[in-house]
Amino acid sequence: MPIKADVQLDAKGLACPMPIVRTKKAMNELTEGQVLEVLATDKGSKADLVAWSKTVGHQYIGTTEDGEVLAHYIRKGNPETTEADEKTFAQTISNERIVGKSGIVLDVREAAEYAFGHVPGAISMPMGELEARMKELDMDQEIYVICRTGTRSDMAAQTLSNAGYTKVYNVLPGMTGWTGELETSI
Amino acid sequence: MTVNKWTAADVARKVIDNKELFILDVRNADAFEDWKIDGHQFDYLNVPYFDLLDGVEEILLKIPTNKEVLVVCAKEGSSIMIAEMLSDAGREVAYLAGGMKSWSMYLEPIKVGDLHNGGELYQFVRLGKGCLSYMVISKGEAALIDAVRFTEVFTKFAEEKNVKITHVFDTHLHADHISGGRHIAAATGATYYLPEKDAEEVVFDYTKLEDGLTVQIGASKIDVGALYSPGHTIGSTSFIVDHKYLLTGDILFIDSIGRPDLAGLAEDWVGDLRETLYTRYRTLAEDLIVLPAHFMIIEELNEDGTVSKRLGDLFAENHGLNVEDEAKFRSMVTDNLPPQPNAYQEIRHVNMGKITPSDEEQTEMEIGPNRCAVR
Repeated sequence: MPIKADVQLDAKGLACPMPIVRTKKAMNELTEGQVLEVLATDKGSKADLVAWSKTVGHQYIGTTEDGEVLAHYIRKGNPETTEADEKTFAQTISNERIVGKSGIVLDVREAAEYAFGHVPGAISMPMGELEARMKELDMDQEIYVICRTGTRSDMAAQTLSNAGYTKVYNVLPGMTGWTGELETSI
Repeated sequence: MTVNKWTAADVARKVIDNKELFILDVRNADAFEDWKIDGHQFDYLNVPYFDLLDGVEEILLKIPTNKEVLVVCAKEGSSIMIAEMLSDAGREVAYLAGGMKSWSMYLEPIKVGDLHNGGELYQFVRLGKGCLSYMVISKGEAALIDAVRFTEVFTKFAEEKNVKITHVFDTHLHADHISGGRHIAAATGATYYLPEKDAEEVVFDYTKLEDGLTVQIGASKIDVGALYSPGHTIGSTSFIVDHKYLLTGDILFIDSIGRPDLAGLAEDWVGDLRETLYTRYRTLAEDLIVLPAHFMIIEELNEDGTVSKRLGDLFAENHGLNVEDEAKFRSMVTDNLPPQPNAYQEIRHVNMGKITPSDEEQTEMEIGPNRCAVR
């Protein structure tokens, strides 16, 4: 299944250091939260992108391999702001407590993040698509909104609540603390 | 400032001649932690190239101006970029052509000593990987022991010395590097020997290396005698050259001993290892000079760059030869073993002839430090 990204960078055939040099440049053009797909054939590019993303505050999501071509997915972070402590939605639930519950697990991370690992059965509805797609959700069911660290899901829970959904919970701490089963779609 | 280009041979000279060198390693931290260029008097700074894309100003103060500076990366591209940035900032630096990849491949031939009647013994030191290969030269002929995969290095060396390679031996089925043995034998018409017990799964023809076999090399009639000495593998065999040198393969090193687990049979082979080190080797003359197939740390190098030591001295100094309690010995070589060498399973399959990867793939398999020993 192809993985959705906001911008694609073709670094195939380029040797180190060019894949990273190009990635750095391309990242400057993205807005925070957007996902870049980097296609590369340099095998060393994976380890270097993982380490580079960490030092500059981007989120390395994952890599797929198709023959010689590696596809790396990176989500732009903002080193100036931390994602913590901005949660205001009152109804929360812990990661552990949603296991085995009936209801909907709603994953509001970007499609690429979802693809590399999500709670089994979770529905993918990235933040940017939520307004347009929320009517797909059954109002009578519990909706457990989850993202990476609880910030995007906090906003999504408020959006749903404002639209009249009442059985909405923000799942904390979110996927960064998820130790249960994972399902991938890559 | 100009950016200088150094070859792996230039760096090898610095190691062997005990020179000072400052290495700026721009690979990522994991890679540096795992494996780097070791020198007696080398200093290091590890900053990944991707942390320097906006400039090298932040590290300028950490780079000395009173010694030579070499920038190193995996293949060379990033080190050239960083070297040029440093050069623009007014520093004179060099980069390593081919990066760690070329360092891993470089062999330095060093003469270990003279054999009787004009013979010579050479050790080929692969500094970047810790592998040691040997060539016994006698008038007109040569024997090779534990040759690594860079076959041309050996065939060219033999040409320069005007000798024909007639016998090629592997002390055992290697798990940490790819053997060049059978390819050299095929190219030169030499006989290729491998211990039968290590060769159960090999898919090519070889001559059985048996305990007690003695061959005479060249007009000088240099004796190369085989001594069955299992433990690292079940077939591991040592050689006594000219009644003077003991080639121990991966059984006994200068500062450590072999590990018995690389074929997955540590529990079975630890007893053999014990018997070889504590019984078989004890019957040999203590004046034999031990020449192992590997070194693990730069301190194992002698002043002339060779790796060798008198057997009697090892009996006195090598920790692995001084564990009296058998249970303790057993636990030392089966518990708490270091990580296994990179791709060791695949390397064994290459050495059995089961798979034939490209040169590029072979290089990737051999990347990383040597890990054949228990210290």
